[in-house]
Amino acid sequence: MAGQERINPQNEDRTPDDDVDPPAPAAPAAQDRDADVDALLDEIDDVLESNAEQFVRGFVQKGGE
Amino acid sequence: MGIETEYGVLAPGRPAANPMLLSSQVVTTYRALVARAGARPAARWDYDDEDPLADARGFHLRRASAHPSMLTDDPAVPAPAGPVQATAPGPSQVARPDVDEADDPSAANCILTNGARLYVDHAHPEYSSPEVTGPRDAVLWDVAGERVMLAATRSLTGSPIGPDVVLYKNNVDGKGASYGTHENYLVDRALPFAVLAALVTPFLVTRQVFAGSGRVGLGPTGDRPGFQLTQRADYIEAEIGLETTLRRPIVNTRDEPHADRDRWRRLHLILGDANLFEVATYLKLGTTSLVLWVLEHLDELAEAGVPARDELAALRLADPVGDVRRVSRDIDLVGKLELADGRTLTALQVQEAYTDVVARALAAIGPRRDDDAETYVVLDRWRSLLERLGTDPESCAREVEWVAKRRLLEGLRRRDGIDWDHPRLHALDLQWTDVRPERSIYHRLLASGAVERLVDEDAVADAVHHPPTDTRAYFRGEVMARYPDQVSAASWDSVIFDVPGAAALQRVPMLDPLRGTRAHIGSLLEASHDAAALLKGLRGDRSA
Repeated sequence: MAGQERINPQNEDRTPDDDVDPPAPAAPAAQDRDADVDALLDEIDDVLESNAEQFVRGFVQKGGE
Repeated sequence: MGIETEYGVLAPGRPAANPMLLSSQVVTTYRALVARAGARPAARWDYDDEDPLADARGFHLRRASAHPSMLTDDPAVPAPAGPVQATAPGPSQVARPDVDEADDPSAANCILTNGARLYVDHAHPEYSSPEVTGPRDAVLWDVAGERVMLAATRSLTGSPIGPDVVLYKNNVDGKGASYGTHENYLVDRALPFAVLAALVTPFLVTRQVFAGSGRVGLGPTGDRPGFQLTQRADYIEAEIGLETTLRRPIVNTRDEPHADRDRWRRLHLILGDANLFEVATYLKLGTTSLVLWVLEHLDELAEAGVPARDELAALRLADPVGDVRRVSRDIDLVGKLELADGRTLTALQVQEAYTDVVARALAAIGPRRDDDAETYVVLDRWRSLLERLGTDPESCAREVEWVAKRRLLEGLRRRDGIDWDHPRLHALDLQWTDVRPERSIYHRLLASGAVERLVDEDAVADAVHHPPTDTRAYFRGEVMARYPDQVSAASWDSVIFDVPGAAALQRVPMLDPLRGTRAHIGSLLEASHDAAALLKGLRGDRSA
């Protein structure tokens, strides 16, 4: 990686498999997208807290860093 | 480079539980989980080289002038939480303490065999990743941190005496509190800090377009309904500064290099979000690194006909702090930012200007494509995302976290007929980041194939226990794995050994982050059956 390997640029342990493939996204047609989202929503329905209001109210943190 | 992540901590059904104590139990539970039977008390953190009040602009904040939450280098007095917005020598000898230092629960600490540090920072458990040399490794050891937190949670929940603790990889509670995900980059000290800060700021302000993880709620307390690109934008209040707990800056000036300060500085960035999307972490670290590489080579680039200094200086924003919020709220990515020279550009156009400079800089003086594939993967992905964000943001839903989150939230609004102030949407935002796969929205998307992964789970499992091989984290992690009973303390740039029979402790400094690698000391470690043999070998060969 340029900028972080100035002393040791060979990267000798790497094989081509280590490197991330360039993106090759295929944009789905717009009408398919709502169906995709609905399918995902079905997937998460049983994960979502049933009492969302109580859960959200109870999520209280202290500041950090 | 490396990432520090503070996790949100919650004891379900026990709103009054002390978060510092819970965080401490997370750390000590994980420590017990990985400790060998009969091991000595855990190695402590070596604070000798820490100096959180040194400012990169060349001065030093007096302890008495600092906010108490900034005093993070004294384990006897743990730093409290910040205010919540209502709105190269060889081993040296160290005297052996007469008694072991008290194991203060609020200073709980665990140095992991993967070279990371797990500890309590203020009121959160924090995983500080080992030092890595590239963004793919940054992703790998960052995700390993998620699995460390998961293991601690599972162990506490499975214990009859431990509290149930749930951990969240996010940055806000929606009530005014924020906790950080900090990035660290090793930067050549020859680059003046003022130049660095000025030329990197427009990039940092606008990288939210691909690096944000999305947030339900506007304003520090989230009291105004709506959606924005990032968790952190509402907590950034200064252009430059030393603080991390109040008046948080775009560019942090803490000058604590954890390395030879004549050669390097550590750029400490506190404005980023915790990301679960691996592409977001990958590009956030990768693109920032590329911009820093350009800044380190300004003179060389000028000679090669690439006037990067002037071109990037021309991108100076008229109101960078305000623009952090503007970009975060501009979910259609069309808002214009005012530049200091009077021009106006969108955040995407500012980013495109950076990619253009980086591409020409690489062509002029950079490594060739064949010699440094990862650098070019970062550049190609960066450009591809910017182009698609400009034409069809939804096509980025597998890669850009805020796009994926917003898509699901919009779907929920449409299906259930609810508006942005509905608690279901807030709950989805919080549950997105639950470290437990069975309770995490993110993991559901992952299981559905809706998210692109860059590392596989076998590699992550390995990274939970093993360090990167090409930085000093290798030395730290390997000595913790091989000689846990003979390590008294460690830090980013030192390990202190306690060898049985020796008159004093032996401190090994590691001021060069790129030494102590497997290539340097792997065979010595293999040949050293104990720490005494290792130290003898190191004395014979000062190059380690």
